Amino acid sequence: MAEKLKVEIMTPYKIVMSEEVDMITATGTLGEFGILPGHAPFLTSLKIGELSYTKDGITYYLVLNWGYLEVDNDEVTILVETAERADEIDLERAKAALGRAEEALKMLTREDKDFAVYQAALERALMRMQVAGKSSRK
Amino acid sequence: MASLKSIKKRITTVKNSRQITKAMKMVAAAKLRRAQENVTAARPYARKLGSVLRKLATSGGESGHPLVQRENPGKALLVVITSDRGLCGSFNANISKTAERFILEKSADYDELSVMTIGRKGNEYLRHRTKIWKNYTNILSNLNYQTAALIAQEIIEGFLAGEYGEVHLLYNSFKSVMSQDITLVRLLPIAPPEGQEEEFRPEAIYEPAKEELLSELFPKHIEVQIFHALLESIAAEHGARMTAMDSATKNASVMIDKLTLQYNRARQAAITKELLEIISGAESIKG
Repeated sequence: MAEKLKVEIMTPYKIVMSEEVDMITATGTLGEFGILPGHAPFLTSLKIGELSYTKDGITYYLVLNWGYLEVDNDEVTILVETAERADEIDLERAKAALGRAEEALKMLTREDKDFAVYQAALERALMRMQVAGKSSRK
Repeated sequence: MASLKSIKKRITTVKNSRQITKAMKMVAAAKLRRAQENVTAARPYARKLGSVLRKLATSGGESGHPLVQRENPGKALLVVITSDRGLCGSFNANISKTAERFILEKSADYDELSVMTIGRKGNEYLRHRTKIWKNYTNILSNLNYQTAALIAQEIIEGFLAGEYGEVHLLYNSFKSVMSQDITLVRLLPIAPPEGQEEEFRPEAIYEPAKEELLSELFPKHIEVQIFHALLESIAAEHGARMTAMDSATKNASVMIDKLTLQYNRARQAAITKELLEIISGAESIKG
């Protein structure tokens, strides 16, 4: 494998990751997609979802929370609000957040202003728990 | 001449003050370092977002967006960022004065100029002089992105509702430890992006369509700008406090030196006086 993708993941606080990888898959607003070296210029928005990348045969997982992905010249720039590696996820916290969001959603109706907020929180917590189970694998 | 006791008392007081200012300087220095790191760490994200925005905008399609258009030019909003706490030299005074001048100068251009303050000090100064539309305090000590996003959303909502047609942001940006730059930027309507042409290649794929991407990116851009301004202001505040406390400590040291000299002189004078009394007493007995 000759070519590599140069990937940078940034949040407003810091650069989370800057590495050369072989392949990426991520969840866009319109669905999941994969990127290999030589991809055409591409700009998409991302949902709350999982991102995985493969480097030297090992696949790593991260949870992303809302953002953008740009591909240009084998350089991938990912701008997100939060990004956590699978092994950094605090499962207890995610469970607690899930419980809180569920409680709140029971009290609210779909028209409520906070409904979307708690729904997003619910989605985030679920996604965290889902990804936390996947550790890096060959 | 002041009595020995009272001079001694003053020396102790000044020494205590010096201890406090010294401690505050240390704390400010430590906080400054962290704040500076935060500013540098946040820079790549802001820069990249700006460049994505430029690429999208130069390839057309931005002009129709409501955040680019001026709906209500007669009304404006000024957002002023100050600190929550004092004892940082002229940091807050400078920004408040600039805000006041801005309001005076521009009140002729606009029918209505409302003010939003972030930080307690600016609010305290400006609320006696103008009408404050909204005020946020106590967000600076523990700033996170969500808070900045919330403020940004509030501003955008007001803009879209037509409450004001222009938004200006006034804050201290961090230049160096010794100096802060007062910065005034126009937040809304979003100015046509400047900078070198970074045209996205024509075969680029957009998902979803360009217009939809832009309408999500614009609010994001405002959020990031506010977040960045807040970070800069925090770093500048700690820098200003450190400098102010440093000179306060120096002044206290000078004062202690002066008072010590005075104290020694007074002591000397008292001893001389006592000696003279004893000698003259002895003389008179002898005589």
